[in-house]
Amino acid sequence: MAGATLEVRIWRGGDEGAFCTYEVPARANQTVLDVVTEVQRGFEPSLAYRFSCRVGVCGTCAMTVNGTPRWTCRTHVKRVAADGRLTIEPLRNMKRVKDLTCDMDAFFDKWTRVGVFEGTATRHDPPAAVEPGTPERQAVDAAVQCINCAVCHAACDVVAWDQEYLGPAALNRAWTLVNDVRVADRRGVTLRAMGAGGCHACHSHGACMEHCPVGLSPTASIAGLKRTALGVLLKGR
Amino acid sequence: MGELRLYALQRLTALVMIPLILVHLVLIVYAVQGGLTADAILARTRGSVAWALFYGLFVVAAAIHAPIGLRNVLREWTGLARRPIDRAMLAFGAILLALGLRAVAAVVGGGA
Repeated sequence: MAGATLEVRIWRGGDEGAFCTYEVPARANQTVLDVVTEVQRGFEPSLAYRFSCRVGVCGTCAMTVNGTPRWTCRTHVKRVAADGRLTIEPLRNMKRVKDLTCDMDAFFDKWTRVGVFEGTATRHDPPAAVEPGTPERQAVDAAVQCINCAVCHAACDVVAWDQEYLGPAALNRAWTLVNDVRVADRRGVTLRAMGAGGCHACHSHGACMEHCPVGLSPTASIAGLKRTALGVLLKGR
Repeated sequence: MGELRLYALQRLTALVMIPLILVHLVLIVYAVQGGLTADAILARTRGSVAWALFYGLFVVAAAIHAPIGLRNVLREWTGLARRPIDRAMLAFGAILLALGLRAVAAVVGGGA
């Protein structure tokens, strides 16, 4: 390892910009986030990027690494750059702000457009008793661990093609609300999830599932929404 | 509900067309392999209520199915606005229906 370097191309600028190349020392244990940090501290103090926890909990540091959306903090360089070359860009499908940061407003707006948790209980009510073994709760449990990192949103081709499409993260969230017995307006969430830009635009490519760092399957959640939507059509419920 | 209805209609018409397409393909192979002439084919189809229903249903299903799929393709692959696409697809469906039903009428109708 001694003396070895990585050839690191990093996007500089916003939607208009160019790649700059840096020679960064290669180390035995090195994540992509370590490399970006080293570039900022050693070569390019004005380099903009986001990170927070550095251990795969917060979902802040997602970027496009050698063409693939990833959490940079959980991506070892040796796993993705066997030839010592790294190309690092902001996530796809969002407006670029500066360098490796993008504007995530549209992503979070879609998230809340489909529905946020609004229960029926007040703080004076006892905690809801939710049976963990029911099919509904198991559907929620399978999908609820999403931390909004937007990796699936960047991986999805339909998001790239159709500005109106809500995307895998928002629809996955909708599926957890539809199955949550504590949610007051589950039908409303279902109707929004199957409206314009909703679950029926999904092609089931599975890119979201393939790239999700938590191992969730928004594809399965969206398929569940499609089934529920057919129930709405057939039974009117 | 609009998107859901279209989605369901597209699947439903696909289900309808699967057996129809299979019969249609077998029929083509049969007619070609058997060396049937156009007259021989018309002699079998003219006045046949069964063939009229078979191909009539096929045409209606295709005229519903194809514009819905093309609408999605145009939405995703062109930057066109939704309304002009929807209008164009309504027209496309109407054209498919008219041309298809005209063909069915020519094949099963009396001597044209």
